[in-house]
Amino acid sequence: MEAVLSLAIGTVFGAGIWLLLRPRSFQVLAGLMLMSYAVNLFIFVMGRVWLDRAPFTPPGTVPDPSVLADPLPQALVLTAIVIGFATTALYLVVMIGTRGITGTDHVDGEEPQA
Amino acid sequence: MTPQHLIILPVLLPLLCGAVLVPLTQARHRFKFALSYASVLAQLFIACILMAQADGGAWPGGIGVYLAANWAAPFGIALVADRLSALMLLLTAVLALAALHFAMQRWSRIGVHFHPLFQFLLMGINGAFLTHDLFNLFVFFEVMLAASYGLVLHGYNADRLRASMHYIAVNLVAALMFLLGTALIYATTGTLNMADLALRIGAMAPDDVQLLKVGVAVLALAFLVKGAMWPLGFWLPTTYAAASPPVAAMLVLMTKVGAYVMLRLWLLLFGDENGAAGGFGYDALVWGGMATIVFGAAGMLSTDSAGRMAGYSATVSSGTLLAVIGYGQPSLVTAGLYYLVGSTLAVAAFLLLIELIDRIRTPGAAILALTMEAWAVEDTPDEPRGKGVPAAMAFLSLAFAGCALMIAGLPPLSGFVAKFGMFHALLNPEAGSGTIGPTGWTLMALVIVSGLISMISMLRYGVRTFWAAEMVTPPKLQLSEVAPVSALLLLSVAMTVQARPLFDYLGRASADLHDPAQYARRVLTEPAVPGPASAPEAP
Repeated sequence: MEAVLSLAIGTVFGAGIWLLLRPRSFQVLAGLMLMSYAVNLFIFVMGRVWLDRAPFTPPGTVPDPSVLADPLPQALVLTAIVIGFATTALYLVVMIGTRGITGTDHVDGEEPQA
Repeated sequence: MTPQHLIILPVLLPLLCGAVLVPLTQARHRFKFALSYASVLAQLFIACILMAQADGGAWPGGIGVYLAANWAAPFGIALVADRLSALMLLLTAVLALAALHFAMQRWSRIGVHFHPLFQFLLMGINGAFLTHDLFNLFVFFEVMLAASYGLVLHGYNADRLRASMHYIAVNLVAALMFLLGTALIYATTGTLNMADLALRIGAMAPDDVQLLKVGVAVLALAFLVKGAMWPLGFWLPTTYAAASPPVAAMLVLMTKVGAYVMLRLWLLLFGDENGAAGGFGYDALVWGGMATIVFGAAGMLSTDSAGRMAGYSATVSSGTLLAVIGYGQPSLVTAGLYYLVGSTLAVAAFLLLIELIDRIRTPGAAILALTMEAWAVEDTPDEPRGKGVPAAMAFLSLAFAGCALMIAGLPPLSGFVAKFGMFHALLNPEAGSGTIGPTGWTLMALVIVSGLISMISMLRYGVRTFWAAEMVTPPKLQLSEVAPVSALLLLSVAMTVQARPLFDYLGRASADLHDPAQYARRVLTEPAVPGPASAPEAP
């Protein structure tokens, strides 16, 4: 399980880095999104990989840490998803603005000299 | 209201003020400006009170702790105000006041939502100075960055869009590094509270320490991108040159947030008493900082645009600070803090001044003035009105000379005092460590040479602008634009005159920083306030 998860995170993150280094702004955006998915998964896994464990105690029972999943990484990941989503949307707006004003989708705002 | 609640006000006040400002339309810009201005004045006042309390013995050990939602320390989020964070809050408020005043006539009116974004930026910066939890720090960083993305774009033109594309992409990646680092730290230690972290780090198994070091190094990347350490700071000069002047002045402060967090985190986590983790990364900071100085100085020589020059001088000052932090000597940190305050004021004043100077350099403006005279056209009606300033040229050249002296570190202004303090600390190592090593000599040489290079490039720019201009038209300056620049420069003069008490204060702040055990004890033992609901349960 750990091996599959780490391979998956590594592949997504690597693909994100490759896209980030591309010259077109949409590719950069896609790269940023892939990287943020990988990071979110990474945070989630940092609470250890558990199966069938609730992150909370049902009412009326005595809390037993050995049958509970760590709730903190789940809370962190929710926050990170929301913030990542908002900032990526903002980047998209800037991207469209640049495309409209400069007439190119190159990240430098101008086509490289051939 | 108990004094403890005062600690959260620098976060709440701009948040509420910004929220009120969002729905107001631009037609009521006078009211919006007044509200924004009042909020900044109140923040200045609060910062002064916090500083007086931190230094006046109102809190044990000079450290005030505010437990958000009344959860005791390792579980909830703690906000901590000590001498250093109070000073940084004061610096933020002073710069914000100057930038906002400067924006009064023109900049706050050329686009929508300047004021709410400005308030949210202040909220993020203040929060980053106060918070004591790594993930909460991430949230405040994102608030600060999101507001800064909007502000850099303020007054929307092709240059700003292009610079923003790079600025936002770089900072989004840095935010991802922040998250990775935080997750690794949580995985190895099980806590994100900095005080708790500092206590646990000493008792960790060597394997875990390795993983923790990786985590903190990845986390540090995020702050070093902010602090523009070479090779992570290539975005900085372009962004500074493109942003509108009041925004650029606030950006100067944001690079210092990076340096502040590095200082706090490193002294807390990697002090000598922390066993296997002690001393990690100091060399990288020293040499990285020195590489940054070299890069910034070379950049200053290579450019003739004043905006980029200011950006590179901010890089130099950032590099000097990082090297000072990495050198790891308490007396040097004291002088470094003085340098931080002085250089922030100087570069911010210079960035505001550049826009005023550009009015005499722009050839188009001179031609336009001639045409207007020939056609006997009155001033354009939408031109901002206010009191004009007599002897505009004299003011510009004097203010420029002041900025140049401060940035280059020549007497008699505060830049010289700061550099003198640093050399004094370098040449007098603390007892036991003996003599000054090759790292110290290199750092000293680089600081001197970078000062010389700053002087050369500032002189070159000044001569071209004030002495060699073919046809100088005295520019129209508004009092509201001259006043903040003069105020920042006068503040620097005051720093020079009052260097002794300021150094004493900074010495105490630096002593606090170098005593992480006391700090951790103070944060972790802060009792939660017993509420009415929990009181009956107590036996």
